[in-house]
Amino acid sequence: MALELSGLYRRFAGFQALDNVSLSIAPGEFLALLGPSGSGKTTLLRILAGLDYPDSGSALHQGEDFLATPARERRIGMVFQHYALFRHLTVIENIAFGLRVRPWRSRPSRTEIRARVDRLLRRVQLEGMGARYPAQLSGGQRQRVALARALAVEPDILLLDEPFGALDAQVRVTLRRWLRELHEELELTTIFVTHDQEEALELADRVAVMNNGRIEQVGSPEVIYQQPATPFVCEFIGKVNKFTVRSGGEGFSAGGWVLEDAPWHGRFTSAVAYVRPEQLRLAVPSSLPAWEARLRHIYLAGGVAHLDLHVASLDLAIEADVATEDLSRLGLQAGNVLRVAPRSAVLFPLDAQGTPVNAERWIWQARSPVPA
Amino acid sequence: MNAHARTRAIAWPRRLVHVALIALALVFLVMFLVLPLATVFVEAFDQGVKPYLAAIVQPEALSAIRLTLLVAVIAVPLNLVFGVAAAWAMTRFAFRGKALLGAIIDLPFSVSPVVSGLVYVLLFGAQGWFGPWLDQHGIKIIFAVPGLVLATMFVTLPFVARELIPLMQAQGSEEEEAARVLGASAWQMFFRVTLPNIRWALLYGVLLCNARAMGEFGAVSVVSGHIRGLTTTMPLEVEMRYNEYDYVGAFAVASLLALLALLTLAVKTLLEWRYGDEIPRTRPVDTRKRHGT
Repeated sequence: MALELSGLYRRFAGFQALDNVSLSIAPGEFLALLGPSGSGKTTLLRILAGLDYPDSGSALHQGEDFLATPARERRIGMVFQHYALFRHLTVIENIAFGLRVRPWRSRPSRTEIRARVDRLLRRVQLEGMGARYPAQLSGGQRQRVALARALAVEPDILLLDEPFGALDAQVRVTLRRWLRELHEELELTTIFVTHDQEEALELADRVAVMNNGRIEQVGSPEVIYQQPATPFVCEFIGKVNKFTVRSGGEGFSAGGWVLEDAPWHGRFTSAVAYVRPEQLRLAVPSSLPAWEARLRHIYLAGGVAHLDLHVASLDLAIEADVATEDLSRLGLQAGNVLRVAPRSAVLFPLDAQGTPVNAERWIWQARSPVPA
Repeated sequence: MNAHARTRAIAWPRRLVHVALIALALVFLVMFLVLPLATVFVEAFDQGVKPYLAAIVQPEALSAIRLTLLVAVIAVPLNLVFGVAAAWAMTRFAFRGKALLGAIIDLPFSVSPVVSGLVYVLLFGAQGWFGPWLDQHGIKIIFAVPGLVLATMFVTLPFVARELIPLMQAQGSEEEEAARVLGASAWQMFFRVTLPNIRWALLYGVLLCNARAMGEFGAVSVVSGHIRGLTTTMPLEVEMRYNEYDYVGAFAVASLLALLALLTLAVKTLLEWRYGDEIPRTRPVDTRKRHGT
């Protein structure tokens, strides 16, 4: 393990920023810390950088106590949210900073520093910009300078705090891909913090979803998306329809739609169900249980159409996504009444107090998936 | 009537108001600032250049100049160090009593200088709290140079800190944190990142601090004892000469102080013009522009 975090707690005045956080990070891994603001992800990053310390818990890096190592000896590169470039130094001086502050014994020679800075400028595609000051650069260029500055000290671990937060949408997507390629080339352990689930799912090898100082789930983007471990992960990642199912004669049901073979053996009487918009069938044959839903509006968003449906039997608005080209194939128009049923769902049973029991999660799949 | 003509029609009274306001401001400036300043030089050179020079090279005048410089040379650097440390504490740390510290830094602005001088007499004077002890050990503070330095330091305490606090607050500590993560030691961080970012505001604060230190009258007057050639600074020398009807002498020394004020003003204006965005009092710092977000 490159980095082994266990039992980290950090309390600030009035709130628990980290609440028993344990996490293993493999060498060369690209890990995303994903969560809403205040979930503790930045605190965790700052602790790794040596800018903050946990109240208790431990962090081992290749078997050594990471927390006892001073920030300057941790071999860490960090890209700050607002880049924190030294405004009074040129791009070249910014990138060379980490090398120039070294004690003279380990400091590379002037020509070597210059050569390394030139290599980094090429790598981040900023040749010819070396003499500029940060104020003379665009947001995307500043971000790449910050990255080059962090890489100049040849770190073992690269930390990125909301690396794309301050950029506009187009630059963001381009830089995202570029960062992923760079990671594959350098094989550097990279940990980045984001509140943008799309960014986390697209970039990372593994995603740690955080909420209220706790890690809710750690897993590959596919697992996080398809097998969310908690109701929070369901609701935070992607769009989701939420409703309650209750046990009746033939199993659990909600407004005429029935689920068989619940694994709970009668221990629970109700459960909360999550269904993704793309997991709804829109033309269910009348032989199968389904909801009667009225199509209220079609929102076209390029290749995807978002359908705003209303299920009368549940008095619930739900959203279904279909490919835009399927709209005419299915003859969909606002005002239509459709037979709608989930293709799959993630369910958490509710205990007597109405609290979801995460350990009893049930991922339900329709038996004979009929194409929509 | 078309819109253009209408604008022109209301433009006249507006311009009149413009001119009247500017004229009023000019009259005030001339009467209350330029005239008195000019009077200083007119009076100083009233009997020609020779008496002016003679008044300045008198031993008492020279010793007053020396003492004023000495007090400033001690008080200003000490307040520079204190100002940077206080601004650092106020903007980089969260601690109990932070608001109190802020209020204490501002205290000399709100207390009359005479009162602050009296406080030192009460503490260190012959009848003061520490008076007997100081007397036993042969240490003289009141009616001596240490008292002058203490009183001056008290009065000029807020200048540097007040210049730095808003700027350091706006700049935040991200650059300093970046320096630490990149391997800089605390000293390297301070001299390579913090200091360059605050240098012009610091110089500006030092300048104001120095002008006040050299020009301070009230607090210094209380602790000085007015011993000619020993404990009179330039402002005190001016007063004493004036009370002795030595107008040329008084205004000659006053003209030196006025020159110092003009020089300070010139450098201050230059700083504001050249580095205005790094001096918070002159222009509010736009953090968004700085971060480019």
